[in-house]
Amino acid sequence: MARNSSLPIHVRQLTKRYGAVHALDHIDLDIKSGEFLTLLGPSGSGKTTLLTVLAGFTRPDSGSLKFGDEEVITTPPHKRGVGMVFQNYALFPHMTVGANVGFPLKLRGVDKQEIHHRVEAALEMVRLGGYGARGVDQLSGGQRQRVALARAMVFEPRIMLMDEPLSALDKQLREHMQIELRQLHDKLGMTTVYVTHDQREALTMSDRIAVINGGRIMQLDTPRAIYERPANRFVAEFIGESAFVPVQVRQGVANLGGRALKAESALGADGARLLMLRPEHLQILDAGRAHDGFNVLDARVVATIYQGDSSLLQATLSDGTAVSVRCASGGAGSAAALRPGDAVALGLAPAHTVLLSVEAPAHAPAEKRAETEAAA
Amino acid sequence: MHSEAQAAAAAPNADALRRDAWRERAGLAGLALPALALVTVLMLLPVGWLFYLSVLSDSGQFSLEHYRRMWEQPSYARTFVTTFQVSFLTTAICLLLGYPLSYFLSELPKRAANLCMIAVLLPLWTSLLVRTYAWLVLLQRKGLINNWGIEWGLWSEPLALVHNLTGTLIGTVHVMLPFMVLPLYAAMRSIDRDYLKAAANLGATPARAFWQVFFPLSLPGLTTGCLIVFILCLGFYVTPAVLGGGKVIMVSSRIANDIEIFFNWGAASALGVVLLALTILLIALASKAVKLQDVLRAREGA
Repeated sequence: MARNSSLPIHVRQLTKRYGAVHALDHIDLDIKSGEFLTLLGPSGSGKTTLLTVLAGFTRPDSGSLKFGDEEVITTPPHKRGVGMVFQNYALFPHMTVGANVGFPLKLRGVDKQEIHHRVEAALEMVRLGGYGARGVDQLSGGQRQRVALARAMVFEPRIMLMDEPLSALDKQLREHMQIELRQLHDKLGMTTVYVTHDQREALTMSDRIAVINGGRIMQLDTPRAIYERPANRFVAEFIGESAFVPVQVRQGVANLGGRALKAESALGADGARLLMLRPEHLQILDAGRAHDGFNVLDARVVATIYQGDSSLLQATLSDGTAVSVRCASGGAGSAAALRPGDAVALGLAPAHTVLLSVEAPAHAPAEKRAETEAAA
Repeated sequence: MHSEAQAAAAAPNADALRRDAWRERAGLAGLALPALALVTVLMLLPVGWLFYLSVLSDSGQFSLEHYRRMWEQPSYARTFVTTFQVSFLTTAICLLLGYPLSYFLSELPKRAANLCMIAVLLPLWTSLLVRTYAWLVLLQRKGLINNWGIEWGLWSEPLALVHNLTGTLIGTVHVMLPFMVLPLYAAMRSIDRDYLKAAANLGATPARAFWQVFFPLSLPGLTTGCLIVFILCLGFYVTPAVLGGGKVIMVSSRIANDIEIFFNWGAASALGVVLLALTILLIALASKAVKLQDVLRAREGA
């Protein structure tokens, strides 16, 4: 398949309200040409609303939407020329696989012979060559997913939208399709906007992730930055597991258990912060050895849980915060020898020492805000 | 003896489980029994009796004279033509009125749609005879509609709105419309609107999305509605008899005449049998056509 160019997407001040609720709250977003961008957020965060605005199915209250240089905010869906894969695939049940994939070409007046070739090529691309004559109901979930993909890309759209396309598949197939989708994107190079609530999926597939909550973008960055340097507590909690310990920054120094916190990055302005503790960033320190270079937290063991490839140590810090520590199942630093009630020293490398602002985002769910306030 | 005991030991309780399965099936079949008995008594026996009467001559001998008369007298053919004409036109008009209405209803939120559905079904709760005579009052020469029409200067002479095909169709369409709307609405409700979104996304204008996606998916409801209306119309008596005023003679009126005026059960039965045969033939053809449609659809684009 020959590729025409992909297009960047520019979103400005996009707002959509349903009654008193902001589904989209003055969203600004620039998606680069050829980028794989994921909209990640809990249900009701506005990520799907944003996608349907891009597709033209939802009319926003205000804002600007440009594909390249062209303003498309009032363009009807059938003139936008974007491909879309629906959550339930939306394959036409009264058409064969071939007719489904050929549908957008038929609408564009492509002649029969060429439709046939391009449909077959698109089906080959998703490894369903020769399936054209089958009925949609004769396909498995994974095959339907691929047909939907073939149908969305057969007319070579410059922008591709995907609305949780893998959510109906079982775990194994989903992980397989994640890689396949990403490879297909790299091959075809169209700008892709992908919606999911699955953080692992977002981390696996994306060039950049926009974490959305309450109709606002909480953070827009690469998967690594989102995971390792979350902008706030919401992002830290939504992506990966984390415990938080309140600390105070005074004159560029934070104290934890009477010791100055060692961190690679600057701690920022004075004030209350939250220290982020991810299970895989903590490690069990050997008693009686020097722990230079580590921030040390004193804890008491609650339980150790064997999970096959790793073990999880559950402990409470001296201030009562519950933390988890992921450690290798066997060998050094093993949790196997620890009994509930034992004292244990946990180490946190300066590279992983990240302080978050205490303030919950303005539109965070109520219970999250309450937690933050309690912690502060 | 020994080997049987061994077999029993290898498959414990096999017989008991088999008996249990049989009891379950028998129980299920038992549920259908009352309806089956009712159909036999109220349906098969009378139809058989009808058939028997239709092949008896006036003197009680076996004879095909009733059928022969139907074949030879052109007035019978006219009656059948009228019957099919009224049924066909009623079905067509119901479809033209009912399809957009059903589409509108299926797009409404569920609560509003249910309320509207009650309005659609309301006529079914009132007496057919009352509704038919009400139309007579409205449509006659000095009826409400002619009075208003002349008063407002829409037309100067009273229009012949009743005792003809027009009046008959107005009445039958009014009665039959709910039977068209119900299956259409049900079929359209079940169409996932994502199909239309997908069609639009792939480049279909609203018109093309409708004709290539929505309409084909609504066909099962359309076929059902048309069949129900058409078949109900074939045997419709009250409304055509009252609003047709003797000018629009359908098979049912003729059957009534044969019995009430001529006391000729044989002729009436023969008419009934022919109508039944034509109806069955029609359903068979219609279901064939629908299946053919499926086949054609499956071929498309293959």
